[in-house]
Amino acid sequence: MDSKSGSAESIYVPDAVQRAAKILVVGHFAVGKTTLIGTLSEITPLRTEERMTQAAAQVDDLRGAPDKTTTTVALDFGRLTLSDELVLYLFGTPGQQRFVELWEDMARGSLGALLLVDPARLADTFPVIDLVETYGLEYAVAVNSFDPYSQHAENELREALDLLPDTPVVFCDARDQKSSAHALITLVRHLLTHAT
Amino acid sequence: MTAPGEEQQVSSGFVRSYVITGGRGLPDAEDLSLVTLVTLAPESQPPPNPGPEVRAIWELCSGGYLSVAEVAGHLGLPVGVARLLLQDLHQQGHLLRRKAPPPAQLVDRKILEEVLHGLQVRFG
Repeated sequence: MDSKSGSAESIYVPDAVQRAAKILVVGHFAVGKTTLIGTLSEITPLRTEERMTQAAAQVDDLRGAPDKTTTTVALDFGRLTLSDELVLYLFGTPGQQRFVELWEDMARGSLGALLLVDPARLADTFPVIDLVETYGLEYAVAVNSFDPYSQHAENELREALDLLPDTPVVFCDARDQKSSAHALITLVRHLLTHAT
Repeated sequence: MTAPGEEQQVSSGFVRSYVITGGRGLPDAEDLSLVTLVTLAPESQPPPNPGPEVRAIWELCSGGYLSVAEVAGHLGLPVGVARLLLQDLHQQGHLLRRKAPPPAQLVDRKILEEVLHGLQVRFG
């Protein structure tokens, strides 16, 4: 009778699910956001687009653009069913400053953000931290690195990124499910310490 | 497949979207957030002579609940256009929605505890 549920192949959210939560996976270009989402998602990650208008002054001016331009940004996301009643969506969110409209939309209703960092490109992370903090999102730092964890590396990174002492830093391999799940769990534990 | 260029700008043809929405402006995110879960009400009947996008959204949404973002992703439509089509369904009384999540300021402990527990069970 009810062929739409019960199948592991179903694209649909189980019928009993009442609520959906959202966590952002943020970071600079090509830091591994889509990889991490794909590693954790139970569905093949989907891509959609958000279109936004932006003041031309903020854009690389290609050819004497008009007052406003329309930009389309690709969003990749995945899904995790966490209980009979709850699903979690992970949204990869581009870190460019000029996508502020997108960030408003993405931040609304988010539990928090997992900030992916490439230790070799720390400067690229600064504007992303600015955005996360501007929108009042709590976050944890996940260092996408093949190198094993070292206290020295963590200290250097904390200093370079000027992190608060209680901001968690984890080293993870975005291709590895256990490692990526650990990063996500670390974020949620941190969010709990700040929840009312 | 998904190249590391995950933030590449993609162009889906503004003109095409404009035609799909009949030239109307796109609704904002308040009503149908990216993660609002939606499905068609049982026994809904599609409008006569639906356009291809309307037909596709009826087919997709009749199967069960999906988030607004998933509807857009499966249909290959920008989020704003999918929202508009869903809003039409809502106004016609065909759309069922699960309650939208609270805004960030109101994140409650209970949801976080459920998320944490769910992740630990799943990946523990």
